[in-house]
Amino acid sequence: MNMQHQDVMPVGEATPRIKDNNLLDIAEISLSFGGVKAIQNVSFNVKEGEIRAIIGPNGAGKTSMLNVINGFYNPQVGTITFDGQQRSEMRPYIAATQGIARTFQNVALFRGMSTLDNIMAGRMLRMKKNFIHHLWYYGAAKKEELEHREYVEKVIEFLEIQSIRRTPVGRLPYGLQKRVELGRALAMQPRLLLLDEPMAGMNLEEKQDMSRFIIDVNEQFGTTITLIEHDMGVVMDLSDRVVVLNYGQKIADGTPSEVKANQDVIDAYLGVSH
Amino acid sequence: MELLYNIFADPFVQMVSLPDFFVQVLWEGFVSGILYSLIALGFVLIFKASGVFNFAQGIMVVFAALTLVGLFALGLPAYVALGVTIVIMLGLAFTVERVVLRPLVNQPDIILFMATIGLTEFLVGSGELVFGGEPKTMISAELGLPSGAIDVNMLGGFVTFQRIDIAAAIIAIIMVIALAIFFNKTKVGRALRAVADDHQAALSVGISLNQIWVIVWFAAGIVALTTGIMWGARSDVSFALEIIALKALPVLILGGFTSIPGAILGGLIIGIGEKIGEIYWGPLVGGGIESWLAFFIALLFLLFRPQGLFGEKIIERI
Repeated sequence: MNMQHQDVMPVGEATPRIKDNNLLDIAEISLSFGGVKAIQNVSFNVKEGEIRAIIGPNGAGKTSMLNVINGFYNPQVGTITFDGQQRSEMRPYIAATQGIARTFQNVALFRGMSTLDNIMAGRMLRMKKNFIHHLWYYGAAKKEELEHREYVEKVIEFLEIQSIRRTPVGRLPYGLQKRVELGRALAMQPRLLLLDEPMAGMNLEEKQDMSRFIIDVNEQFGTTITLIEHDMGVVMDLSDRVVVLNYGQKIADGTPSEVKANQDVIDAYLGVSH
Repeated sequence: MELLYNIFADPFVQMVSLPDFFVQVLWEGFVSGILYSLIALGFVLIFKASGVFNFAQGIMVVFAALTLVGLFALGLPAYVALGVTIVIMLGLAFTVERVVLRPLVNQPDIILFMATIGLTEFLVGSGELVFGGEPKTMISAELGLPSGAIDVNMLGGFVTFQRIDIAAAIIAIIMVIALAIFFNKTKVGRALRAVADDHQAALSVGISLNQIWVIVWFAAGIVALTTGIMWGARSDVSFALEIIALKALPVLILGGFTSIPGAILGGLIIGIGEKIGEIYWGPLVGGGIESWLAFFIALLFLLFRPQGLFGEKIIERI
């Protein structure tokens, strides 16, 4: 348990928050688009229950890495093992089924739909009644709908967005949209939550709220989190371990304090010529 | 002066002096409006979920109606033929998804549009090959649709309502309500709207785009079949319907490409508007207004309200 966490919220030590097993294991991944090498030979792991940050200057391959984990991209080389299962060809649909949820750098919400419907969309995979049931809405499908609605209400309460339940999300301010997007991901009850710049474009207060939600999600639900963030203060406070990418290569991996002291990282951020 | 009188006063004098005839005109307009709405609805379903303007919607109407009539001619009982036609429309949806949409995913919209033109030609060709090009009679009596007319004594005269038109109106209303409930209340409907809003986000919560496409094309196929039956019962089943389906374009421009209520209202406005225009203003220019008035209205809308009555206004950040 690291120092920064205890500053924010003391937790009981009955069961360790971070388990020993690797939930996600990335081994020697390379990804290129034509001649552009987005990721080169990167390996790291994410332990179950931890908050893992991926940082790096612009164009370092952070979002590409999330897209690989999430199945939007298939790396040409390397293996990914999620929860002990090595995956071959990957698609976002399968990633979602396995319990990987994510948010996007530029909020990707269903803008025409209400907050409630957006978060309900996150329950999609947990609803088992098939298409035919839903054609005839009443009966089994309605009962199922109500059960899931209950869970969604919990998420809404957790994120303190009760008042915007019925508002079409296109009309919400940016900070709230980000929160709804987090809600949609949480509704999936994911094992691994990927957050792509959850604080981008937020003011200080919104950042504090978001940090609190991230920590609460991690501690109360035991969700493993991997996040990309540019605000170094936030990264250092939140994360248990940090991996640093630069030009598609891993240049450092360790606790926030180790990474902060790493000369390669300092060079990458300050742009020292080699 | 006389011209102004003929344009701005005389038509209204006529409407008031023969109110029963005016009601008849309104009803005729309403009925063709409903059929325009149904065709437009098929376009909207597919456009909403995949952003594809499906040029083949018109021919799907013909194709569905021809299949139904053709199967009946083969000796199947009417309702069995209907069931088999529905299965064939499902098969068409699967085929379109697998053969046309999936290989073209992430291509520019215009490519997909071109692909639907190809699909149109394919359906025209295969339809003619299997069923022949000559017009057929819809099996409306065998399907239990009413025929004949009701004369209603009102406003000092008689107004004639064809029973098939009344049935068409009722079926269209039921179908629109069913679609509205389906879209707004169910998981699949929510998934459809989600896909319409953002493909990436939809994928990330585990919605399968392929499944959704099959479902919308199937829904559009069912709408096409219904339209084909209704239209076929009023005239006959022929490839000329494909041209009439292009009337859905002004309807969509009026109502907005993404709005189901817009498609309905747009269809009614165009249907009623062109009938009234034809009867009351048509004689001024020697008739023939009906064929172009809809497009003229659409042009006005493009100038002053390009997103249509209910369409989403597109605001882009620059």
